[in-house]
Amino acid sequence: MSADSSRQRYTLSGLSFAVIRPVMGLIDIPLRALQRVGGQTGMAAFFILPNMAVFTIFVLVPFVINFVYSMTGGIEIFLNQRDFVGAYQYKEIFSCADYLEPATCKQDGFWTAAQNTAMFVVLQVALLIAVSLITAVILNREIIGRSFWRAVFFFPVLLSPVVVGLIWRWILQRDGLLNAILFELFGADQFNWLVDRTAAFAATIGVSIWAHMGFYTLILLAGLQAIPKDLYEAAEMDGTPRSRVFWRITMPLLMPNLLVVLVLALIRAVQVFDEVFVLTGGGPGTSTMYIVQYIYEMGFASELRNPGLAAAASILMGAVLIVLTLLQMAAARRNEKKGAN
Amino acid sequence: MPGVIRFLTRRRGGDRWHWTDIVTWVWLIGGLIIMFGPAVWLALSSFKSPAALSKFPPSLLPYVTQEVQVDGFDKPLPLYEVTLPDGSTAVMAEKRRIGIIAQMIDPEDPETVVKVNIQDREPVEMVEFATSNYSKPFMQFDFLRYLWNSVFVTVMATVITLAINSMAAFALSKYQFRGQSLILIIIVGTLMVPLGVIMVPLYSIISTLGLFNSLWGVILPTVATPTGVFLLRQYMLTIPDELIDAARMDKASEWQIYWRIVLPLAAPALAVLAIFSVVWRWNDFLWPLIVLSRSSLYTLQVGLNVYAGQLNVQWHYILAMTVVTMIPVILVFVFLQRFITRGIATSGLK
Repeated sequence: MSADSSRQRYTLSGLSFAVIRPVMGLIDIPLRALQRVGGQTGMAAFFILPNMAVFTIFVLVPFVINFVYSMTGGIEIFLNQRDFVGAYQYKEIFSCADYLEPATCKQDGFWTAAQNTAMFVVLQVALLIAVSLITAVILNREIIGRSFWRAVFFFPVLLSPVVVGLIWRWILQRDGLLNAILFELFGADQFNWLVDRTAAFAATIGVSIWAHMGFYTLILLAGLQAIPKDLYEAAEMDGTPRSRVFWRITMPLLMPNLLVVLVLALIRAVQVFDEVFVLTGGGPGTSTMYIVQYIYEMGFASELRNPGLAAAASILMGAVLIVLTLLQMAAARRNEKKGAN
Repeated sequence: MPGVIRFLTRRRGGDRWHWTDIVTWVWLIGGLIIMFGPAVWLALSSFKSPAALSKFPPSLLPYVTQEVQVDGFDKPLPLYEVTLPDGSTAVMAEKRRIGIIAQMIDPEDPETVVKVNIQDREPVEMVEFATSNYSKPFMQFDFLRYLWNSVFVTVMATVITLAINSMAAFALSKYQFRGQSLILIIIVGTLMVPLGVIMVPLYSIISTLGLFNSLWGVILPTVATPTGVFLLRQYMLTIPDELIDAARMDKASEWQIYWRIVLPLAAPALAVLAIFSVVWRWNDFLWPLIVLSRSSLYTLQVGLNVYAGQLNVQWHYILAMTVVTMIPVILVFVFLQRFITRGIATSGLK
């Protein structure tokens, strides 16, 4: 490890003598002049400016004008060509005979997507946390090669959503591996997993769990390893049954991490898009059409383009996410307090 | 084998297998298969010929039917192991096939034709890796261009991200100025603003700036990431202010303090952010999909999706190119997995 890092430092300094140092020195000349004018603290503005400029243009401004956008109508994309329509888009969205029946709504696409997303979020997060928790508990046992096993479950986290979608499209297709395994084992008929509504919905849940569970496992494992070992030793001395140790020691002490994981998973699940888009394209029909895809199609892709409606939908999604974020901050604060005590 | 397993596992309950030991190893081995299996299957499939890809049930390795050149025929003929009416077997080439009757010939003696029911023959197969799945797309499609676009976006975005995020983090951690806490609140508050919320107005801003159908339109919105600023700031807070005061005594300028003292000391945090930035930008999909409509500008992810969405999906090319897309991420995984897991465990990044 030490030999490695010294070698890296050597090559870095070689590069820095040749390129970085002269360039940085050159930049320093005008900046010294700037510093004479603005003083030490004035330089803070210089350091923060590039980031704030980019941030303002590409995050803050869109964030603000999204509200304006949601109150305009028409198919034009530039704001100055759009008519102000007030709360019309929101009224459109909320004109519904029965919110649980998307077909009775004026914007049935939105409500279908919202309902699908809600169902996806509940099922995916519950299963995701269950699987991650079991895996974390297992990885926390005294097993040989823990870092190898940890890496095994983490591997899909790094894959791109497009790759994830294509891998599973390839496996779930009619002539695919899953059908082949079922055929060899049970002589089952070939089944179109991505053409059946329920199966496709289940597939999006399974695939997204496959792709993301490693991340949550890692956070939970870190939490498990922070639990003092002597608690378990004491429990063993007392001859406490294992299940009791789990429910009385592990779970309560892991609660703060579980809470963070729960909120993070919820926030991510609400925004599900890429891997599902590649896997099913929202189909069959609209059975795997989730809210981000609805916004994407309304804003950019579909024939019935309506950017105002897309903006309104995105603000509604944003409101849900803000509530979840506040929850997470509250959870994090509770953690900090716990840590301090 | 049981001895090996016993050596590898430490079990509860002495010599007996506790049920939790069994669950553990079933879970781990199952996890190994489910986590790696799909990617391995994709990689194996990517070497199959179109004919082998459409076979059901599929074989593990890429088999192709062996062919033989026979005098008097333009094209090579497929070879079969034929069970003849008298019960003996022979290796013969197929001349032509009518319904369920195939006309078979001996490659050594093309004149005599034997008619065989197709039930009575098996193709002679051999393992052959169809490397043309990889070489052809590089020539036929624009994959080299996509690859270049992806590399450009990833490298540029990462360099800019590291530069401007570290500068901002330096200002927020080592100076006291008015509005500092407001900026921090805004940054923390937008940590969770996802692209999905702002993509409609962002699109119009990109168009107004003339960045639609430009790789810079993909790069710029991603570089001022609040996550990066936050992570680097937290790290720089741990760098003692005395170092900076000492440098000021030695007449170092603020810029020199930034790049000669703070940056090198923040190298571990910069490394974590760099790895994540590379993975994020390489994997980006939704935003490039919106900004890039000209196919010469597609990144790998967008290009792959477009090809996979066509009516006649050419799976043998798609699979190969998916593997190519996976390679950088797998390299990152193999060499930097330790840093990444540590980064996630300590900061909840991603």
